[in-house]
Amino acid sequence: MIHRYFPLILFFLICGFLLIGLKLDPQKLPSNLKNKEAPRFSLPDLMNKDVPFSNSDLKGQLSLVNVWATWCLACREDHLFLMKLAKQGVPIYGLDYKDSPHAARRWLDDYGNPYIKVGSDIKGMTAINWGVYGTPETFLLDKRGVIRLKHVGPLTQRAWNEDFMPLIKALRDKS
Amino acid sequence: MKQISAIVLILFFIPVAAAQYDIYPLSKTKQIQFQNLLKELRCLVCQNQDLADSNADLAKDLKREVYKQVEQGKSNQQIIEYLTSRYGDFILFKPPLQSNTLVLWLGPFAFLLVGLFVFGAFIYSKRASNHD
Repeated sequence: MIHRYFPLILFFLICGFLLIGLKLDPQKLPSNLKNKEAPRFSLPDLMNKDVPFSNSDLKGQLSLVNVWATWCLACREDHLFLMKLAKQGVPIYGLDYKDSPHAARRWLDDYGNPYIKVGSDIKGMTAINWGVYGTPETFLLDKRGVIRLKHVGPLTQRAWNEDFMPLIKALRDKS
Repeated sequence: MKQISAIVLILFFIPVAAAQYDIYPLSKTKQIQFQNLLKELRCLVCQNQDLADSNADLAKDLKREVYKQVEQGKSNQQIIEYLTSRYGDFILFKPPLQSNTLVLWLGPFAFLLVGLFVFGAFIYSKRASNHD
């Protein structure tokens, strides 16, 4: 009896796997640095070359670190949402990835600057240290400077509400 | 004519193949280590290419990082540890044998066993019906 239905069962089993496969996004990789201290770095600040931007800037409060570049199209979309967050008072820091500082400054002049400080990572080596594989990427750091979350791709209201907000609330309650 | 154009074509490709490793001068053993590593590591942008083949910007940077570490005399294990701690096991084409990859490693053998079992059962039932 079961012999007869075996192909049918197999068919649905395969369908199930394919359905799950459809929803997976192989481009999105989880950060392996989650719950680890942000890798050490020190970069010239885009706005003020003499004052470096480093780990010590990221301590004492929850903060976002956004990796972006002027050559990255999706970053434009990302930037719109970051501006909104900055207006709400969310502390955002930037990492300008493999970019010309000149072009980056012009972009911030033209579209607005949501960042408190922007590190200029011209060679992209700090980004590699942070496990960055594509722009835009946004990290959420707790007040001890530990990475709590990484979002790949432009930030959206949905990602903000579903991924960031619950974690931010939990981290705030804890302290 | 055909032979000549074939030779010309081949000549076109030789400098490219040679040039790729000229940028990264290393001693012979390190060169081998470097090239083997690049074949084991995945380009994260173009995910089905290894670092050796990829020309994506990130792949070039990762190549340079690997080169730097090979030059410093780091072992394969140290370099792989450095990369997986940042990019995860996904950067390796060959996943390590650990609890979350157990199904991946043992799955094929489980399927083989199931196959053998079904095959055995099939043969056995055929035999049984032949004897009747």
